[in-house]
Parts: sequence; C-alpha cells; structure tokens
Amino acid sequence: MKQILIISGKGGTGKTVVTAAFASLAENKILVDCDVDAANLHLILNPESQEVHEFRSGKTAFISKDQCCSCGLCQSLCRFEAIKKDTLSDKFLIDSVSCEGCGFCALACPSGAIEMKENLSGQWFVSNTRFGLFVHAKLGIAEENSGKLVATVKQKAKELAKKNNVDWIIVDGSPGIGCPVIASLSDVDCAIIVSEPTVSGIHDAKRVMEVADHFKVPVKMIINKFDLNEDMTKKIEMFSLESNIEVIGKIPFDKRIVESVSQGKTVIENGNQDLIKCFSEIWERVKKGFFAL
Amino acid sequence: MIVSIASGKGGTGKTTVATNLASVLGISCQLLDCDVEEPNAHLFLDPVINQENKVFTLVPKVDAEKCKLCGRCQEVCAYNAIAVFGKKHLVFSALCHGCGACQYFCPHKAISEEKKEIGIVQKGTKNHLEIITGKMKIGEAMAPPVIREVKKYIKKDFITIIDAPPGTSCPVIESVKGSDYSVLVTEPTPFGLNDLKLGVEVLRKLKIPFGVIINRFDLGNDKTIQYCENQDIDILMKIPFDREIARVYSKGSLIIDEIPSYRQKFLELWESIKIKARK
Ligand code: SF4
Ligand code: SF4
Ligand code: SF4
Ligand code: SF4
Repeated sequence: MKQILIISGKGGTGKTVVTAAFASLAENKILVDCDVDAANLHLILNPESQEVHEFRSGKTAFISKDQCCSCGLCQSLCRFEAIKKDTLSDKFLIDSVSCEGCGFCALACPSGAIEMKENLSGQWFVSNTRFGLFVHAKLGIAEENSGKLVATVKQKAKELAKKNNVDWIIVDGSPGIGCPVIASLSDVDCAIIVSEPTVSGIHDAKRVMEVADHFKVPVKMIINKFDLNEDMTKKIEMFSLESNIEVIGKIPFDKRIVESVSQGKTVIENGNQDLIKCFSEIWERVKKGFFAL
Repeated sequence: MIVSIASGKGGTGKTTVATNLASVLGISCQLLDCDVEEPNAHLFLDPVINQENKVFTLVPKVDAEKCKLCGRCQEVCAYNAIAVFGKKHLVFSALCHGCGACQYFCPHKAISEEKKEIGIVQKGTKNHLEIITGKMKIGEAMAPPVIREVKKYIKKDFITIIDAPPGTSCPVIESVKGSDYSVLVTEPTPFGLNDLKLGVEVLRKLKIPFGVIINRFDLGNDKTIQYCENQDIDILMKIPFDREIARVYSKGSLIIDEIPSYRQKFLELWESIKIKARK
C-alpha cells in the first residue's frame, strides 16, 4: 500500500483537479481530502456519506457572571487577550474567538467562576463514491486545530485501507505550510507538488518543498498551466533538476479543465483525448516511481 | 482605516488585489502581508527592506536542580507540551502555545521561560508605500503569533490594507479581526463558490462588513453572481480572464503599472470601499 499526497503550497494551483484525475485513473484505492479548511474534492466526487462523526477538539473558557468577584486575575494572566472587562457590569467576559483554550484562567480563578467547555469543531465522514471509499471532513467556521482533524481523517483512511487491502491512498493535501500540512505529510510515501509558472507560484512551491524535505518526504513536481509563461516553467524545471526532483508532468492551460470541474466531473471523465493522455502519462510516472524505489 | 483582503482559498487573486490597491493609494498607506505561511506581496512590490525583527514565542525551561518531578506542570498543560517521564522532564516546544500556566503553577519555582524563534517580520518601502511582511519559519506550526506581530505595525492614521491568508481557521481570523471592511476575492467556479460561502460565514461571524470581487468572471458560470444577489452581498469589481493580466501576474508585475486603465478601476474600487465601510 502506497500513500501519495498532492500539495501545492497555496490553493488554486490545480491540486484538486489532479487528485480527482488520479481518482479516475488509479485502481483499488481510498481517497482522502485533507483540505479540511476549505474542502473541494467532494464537489467532484459527489460522496454519499456512510458514516458521520463529530469532531471535538479544544476548549473555550466561560465565566459565570454570578460567581465572578471581579478580581481581574484572569485578565492579567491570559496571554491571548481573550478576557475583557464589561464596563457596564464590571464583570469579566471571554472573547471566545481569541481564547486559545489553555485553561490557565480556569485553574487560577480564586472563585471557581470559569468553566472550560469542549468545542464541537467539525465533522468527518466516510463516504462512498463512484471511485471507491472517500474519507473527508468539514472544520467548523473559525475553529482551530485543523492539524488534529487532518490527523484523525488520515488515521481513519489508513485503517480502512488495511481492512480493504487497497493499493493506494490518494490524499488531497491542505494549502500552506503550517499545522494542517505538517499533519498531512505524516506517513506519506511521496508528495506531489502541483506548481504554476508564476513568480508567486515558484516561491510557494519552493517553500512547501522545504517543508517536505524537513520531514524527509520524497517529492515530485507537476507544472500546471505551463504554457501561460514558458520562461517561468523553465525556471521550475531548472530548480527541480538542481534539487533532484523529477518533473512528472506539465499540464496546459485549457478551458475544458475548468469546464469539467463545473460539471462535477474529473478531467478523465470529461476530457478530450489530449487531456486524458496528459494525465494518464502523469499517473503512469507516479506508478513507475514506486517500482523504481 | 483597516481593509482586509481575504478569500476562502488561495489562488483567487487576493494578493493581486491587495498589492494593486495598496500601490494605487500609495501615500499614507501600508500593506500588511499576513499570509505568513506563504507571503507573496513582496514579490510584486520588491520593497527596500529597512528593518527586520525576529518573532519569538516563550516556551518553558525547566531547572532540573529545582524540579521535584511532582508532575503539576503536566497536569495544567492543555496541550501535552510538557511531561514527566520517570526521572526525566521533557518539553515539546512544537506543541507549546506559550500560555505560561506551567510556570505559574510549578510549586517549586523550577520553570522559567526562554525565547524560541518562530518567524520574522520585515518592514520595507516601495515608493510611498510601507510594506510589512510576516514570514513563518519552515517546520513551525503556529501562524497566529507571527500575524499578531505583523499587526502591531498598524498605524492609526494610515490606510492599512491586509493581505490575509486563505482558509477559515485561526490564521484568517487573526488577520481579519479588527478590520473596518473586508474584500473577498473569488472565482466563479464551483470550487470558488464553495470557498466564498465559507469566507462569508467567517466575516459574518466576526461581524465585519464586506463585499466581493469576482476574478476571471468570464471563465465560469453565473451561480456566484446569483449567490451574491440572493445574499445581498455587494459585488465591488469584476476582473475578466485576460491572458495579458495572467502574463503580468506570472512575471510578478503590477497590473496598474502595465495596463494603465486599471489605475482608474482600482481607485474606483477604493471609493466604493470607503462608502460601504462607513455604512
Ligand atoms: S479570576 Fe475569576 S473571579 Fe477573578 S475576574 Fe476572573 S473570573 Fe472573575
Ligand atoms: S483559557 Fe487561556 S486563552 Fe482562554 S481565556 Fe483562559 S487564559 Fe485566556
Ligand atoms: S511542576 Fe515544577 S517541580 Fe513539578 S514536575 Fe513540573 S517543573 Fe518539576
Ligand atoms: S506554557 Fe502552556 S502550553 Fe507551554 S508547556 Fe507550559 S502549560 Fe503547556
């Protein structure tokens, strides 16, 4: 069983389009969406959920007005500026958006006025799709701990993969280089970076490359919309070569790719022969990469 | 006045809007790049950097001589960042949020705090524009402290444009909090619309007034426009898909410099933001 992760440094480079194409091409696989912040893969896979689980994580402080004697200790201890004084009642209040849930205030309050309540921060699902099982999640708005939700989703996918004896776990990663990406990278056999030939695209690709390198995950590169700026495309090819990273494909800018997304189809399902050929070759190179290992 | 530029997801043109808008305003304007995981604004503006400060968080440091291995610190830490294993004391600094609880509650005064570098903030200028960029260190997981540091540079009498990170969780909230107005940049595709709805939820939750810019509006369908109309959301600007814009963007230049008609369009955008923000 091999686990591959599609990442991009930043959203919008075509990561989900590539993941969906792989979903069409790979046999005997499980699909995972780790972009729990702004999940999109479900728009193409059209999942029917079999299991829905609540994701609880972290806590938020609540002050009981009746018990608070307005000593102000909690406010002076909270390092996240989450405690404010209500000028009308002279009582203290928690700004739940700023509260990091450390619980310092609750432990320190001399009147026992502060309670830590668990957050319902999201949901995660196991679903059926026309391409097989799909594990995905939805993080609640303004909730933190997406890293932990990513870890939960990946853990579940791994269990299911073992149980069903699948060959591939294909993971749509999260954008950025912070906690959700770090969580996405764990246990991965190969990370595929989808980059685009723009100044910022190159910058982001390099940064996420460093992260993968930091966690010792092997990397391959795909250049999307390569024909929008061929000079920049050459630059990506150059630095990939220098860093010993194989460029496994170049995808042209093609309106039909946007079209396929709009119809909720993968490029393979919708595509014309050129696009099918382009993505199939990329998938073949991914497979070959593992035989070479 | 603080105006943040956000989007459910990256790649919709958020940085394009932020950099062009800030540049067209120029004097008494500052641009804060709060996308500290992947700061990009400086790539388009190429500022002269004249100040650089490291960003630190505090992590506990245990004095083994004084520590009685009582385990109280482990008990009070909500993030499992400090632990006693047999006769050993361990701090997992990557998990630590720097809340200070362990130090406060250690009965033997064995804990002090030390600084740990998690990123940098750079201050620079380009023409009359002041540019503040936050950059998180590779391998670090916590963006909000770096963002908070960037936001300390906000000047009261200036126009502050904030380039926010993508997504809907902690880093975005930290960036847009305190804005007088927000602009959500989106694309008229099913992905774009899905992300836009999430962005709208965030801003409504934070009670920040906002409007929408539709980028590459001729490339997708009109469901996004319908959604905005149904939800009574202002559409501030529509930017067409244009190979010329894509080319200018790809080489890291500003649209207002290379396609002069956009100067006027961004100035008009600012006028409508000013009116709407006051309402
Ligand atoms: S520490 Fe407790 S009693 Fe004191 S102000 Fe805070 S909530 Fe009120
Ligand atoms: S739990 Fe921590 S962050 Fe939240 S209010 Fe209390 S001290 Fe502040
Ligand atoms: S609370 Fe203080 S004395 Fe107790 S184990 Fe922690 S560091 Fe050691
Ligand atoms: S400072 Fe807070 S988060 Fe860090 S180890 Fe101490 S109790 Fe845990």
